[in-house]
Amino acid sequence: MRFLLFIGRRIALALPTVLILSTLIFLLQRMLPGDPALALAGGEAVDARMLDEIRHKYGLDLPVYVQYGRWLAGALHGYLGVSMRNDIGVSELLAGKLGITLQLALASMAIALAIGIPLGIVAATRKGRLGDAVASGLALTGISIPHFWLGILLVLAFSVHLNWFPASGYVPFREDPVRSVMGFVLPSIVLGTGIAGVLMRHMRSAMLDALQADYVRTARAKGLSEWRVVLRHALRNALMPVVTLGAIEFGQLLAGAVLTEQVFSIPGFGKLLVDSVLNRDYQVVQGLVLVSSVMFIAASLLADVLYFVINPRLRT
Amino acid sequence: MRKLPSLLFLTLAACLAGHAAAQGVLRIGLNEDPDTLDPTLNRLATGRQPLTALCDKLFDVKTDLTLTPQLAAGYEIAKDGLSVTLKLRPGVKFHDGEPVDAQAVRYNIGRHMQLPGSLRRSELSMVDHVDVVDAATVRFVLKAPQANLLLFGLAERAGMMVAPQAAQRLGDRFGSQPVCAGEYRFVERVPQGRIVVEKFTDYWDAAQTKGDPDRIEYLPISDSTVRLSSLRSGQIQIAERLTPADLPQLAGDARAKIVSASDLGYHYIRYNSGNGARAATFRDVRVRRAVDLAIDRRVLVKALFNDQYLAGNQFVNPNSRYYDKAHPVPARDVAAARRLLQEAGVPRLAFSLLVPPERERQEAAQMIQAMLAEAGITMKIETQEDAVMLQNARRGDFDAIFNFWSGRPHPDGNIYAHIACSGPQNDSKFCDPELDKVMVQAREATSDGERERLYRQVNAILATDYPVSVLWHRRTFTGLSTKVSGFVPHPDSTIRVKGIRLQP
Repeated sequence: MRFLLFIGRRIALALPTVLILSTLIFLLQRMLPGDPALALAGGEAVDARMLDEIRHKYGLDLPVYVQYGRWLAGALHGYLGVSMRNDIGVSELLAGKLGITLQLALASMAIALAIGIPLGIVAATRKGRLGDAVASGLALTGISIPHFWLGILLVLAFSVHLNWFPASGYVPFREDPVRSVMGFVLPSIVLGTGIAGVLMRHMRSAMLDALQADYVRTARAKGLSEWRVVLRHALRNALMPVVTLGAIEFGQLLAGAVLTEQVFSIPGFGKLLVDSVLNRDYQVVQGLVLVSSVMFIAASLLADVLYFVINPRLRT
Repeated sequence: MRKLPSLLFLTLAACLAGHAAAQGVLRIGLNEDPDTLDPTLNRLATGRQPLTALCDKLFDVKTDLTLTPQLAAGYEIAKDGLSVTLKLRPGVKFHDGEPVDAQAVRYNIGRHMQLPGSLRRSELSMVDHVDVVDAATVRFVLKAPQANLLLFGLAERAGMMVAPQAAQRLGDRFGSQPVCAGEYRFVERVPQGRIVVEKFTDYWDAAQTKGDPDRIEYLPISDSTVRLSSLRSGQIQIAERLTPADLPQLAGDARAKIVSASDLGYHYIRYNSGNGARAATFRDVRVRRAVDLAIDRRVLVKALFNDQYLAGNQFVNPNSRYYDKAHPVPARDVAAARRLLQEAGVPRLAFSLLVPPERERQEAAQMIQAMLAEAGITMKIETQEDAVMLQNARRGDFDAIFNFWSGRPHPDGNIYAHIACSGPQNDSKFCDPELDKVMVQAREATSDGERERLYRQVNAILATDYPVSVLWHRRTFTGLSTKVSGFVPHPDSTIRVKGIRLQP
């Protein structure tokens, strides 16, 4: 019951956040210089009449508050407008990209967790020794290397020279599972290593705290093996801050990874956001921010659920 | 449990078999994500790539920039030049089975002219209406005798025919599910991901296109380095619009090669000579000429593009039949530039150049800045993203602007809208009624010889007016896998997939 109340409160708080965010994004977009109708027509031979037609078609000739009201009413019914650039419904556009973004986010997070948590544990249990130095060095390297540069290096090594993985592009899983999975390997490594570094630093710090706690000393005094002490007792408590951090990182991944998507030409949220801002494709930006923020909140909620699973004290 | 390994093996084999069956797939890396695939509303040059495979036109342009019939079988221009009668190819079908007949052509031209936001309207401005003569014949009735211009317009997106019933049914959504009469039909699009088309079995020219790829995937890969890597790793078989900087990397690679063609477009600086308060700086032609003289085009091309592009000074490149050799690319003359500025009373000229955040123009702007400084001219580089730059240009909120035009096969498409007094792309509001008169005469010319003579006159006027400074013409570099044969580079940069063969 306590759990449900907690989740309910979080959702209730999230709703006004989403509303404020959508209003802010709407207004900020309108404050950007540049005429969306002209941007749509590009450098083509368009006269004032044609520009008026474009504005009318997409409702850009209406007062800003009417445009927002229309968008909000549509959003409440699940209609997020139409992309000016390619006349595709925004909901349809985002639905098509959600799977791609989720695949990339999940794969990257899996790599980050698989590297970051073991490295953090090793660094904490070998504090001040070679293992700690190596693990910390690796973490710093992961954090410091720019994604763009690492991406290009990986492409040159594993795509151009070794030809193990595709250099770019996205293939739907249903069409060719092998090519689809292979296509996500390099971008997931690029994104995952950066997050792994951050996770490792936090894991190390939380583990060091946990390893000095009384209950760990008690466990050791009882004669438990060191690995059992570390994995069974210290790790479970040390995971709490890492779960919070992981949820934030995962939420950010769901909002799109601009540079990585650019290097590997993955049609996810990040690439769409940048292109849509540059093209003044208002409806797409608006829809994208809404969906991303909802997903970010969902990731935070997931973290809250995990707290309850990891820490039994919260359930009582 | 024992069956599990066998099951896994079979699954893997099925996957690999699927992979092997996809040998007939041609993958083309595009330099950006195409916009809408509705020929009436499409604006980006990249959009022409999938559209060329999907939507046949009434005519096409050959590599020598002459017309060749496509959906039309032939044409006849009336003696007074005020109408053009087209005979259509018999038995042609749209992808949904509708016939490509005279009614369909009339519907399409009407759609191009009336659909809100149509970007084809100005290209068909000379058309008054279209008459259906019989099922296979249409007559274009013109407001002005500009038959040649119309025919070239029909060899571009204005000549692409869409299926009327599908267009009516789909309305605004037509661009996301185009139905045309091209060699390939639309399968799916993942925005920014890929556009997939597959061979249309009822294609009118199927006998000639038997060996073409079964399926084409257009993949937007905006970074040219990534496009190049994808080509070298075999991910794509054609990479469009590589840059001169990419060429050395492919020089020693046995897996790929480069083909190129002179591009129809040009890069230029437009001087604001008549639009609003900021027109004061460049209203005097001597000031415009001084800036032009202070720029060394050959050095720009050599230093920035390894001499792979062509230095230019006219709206067509020096290889064009319409290039006027009487006005060659001028040599830099700093002393003359200084003298002209003295005469104009602005020995210390200072102005801003609007430049988009694009590598080629940014680098060129910096070199030009240094060149102009030697002539005592202070040029400030003002970087603005495209959407802002377009708006400021339209408002006249600029001194000079660094522009690019993708070019058209007919010379009129490279100049009229940009320079004519009422031209919709004439953001500087430059106006010379005498020049307008000659450009209209060139539109109405009935022979190539007459057109050449008239465009020479246009060039002679421009050589004294300096509304813009054309700086260079690109070459289009296309990267090809060695598995691809039959590819012919076109000056309009559009990839014709007809005739391309792909080795397994």
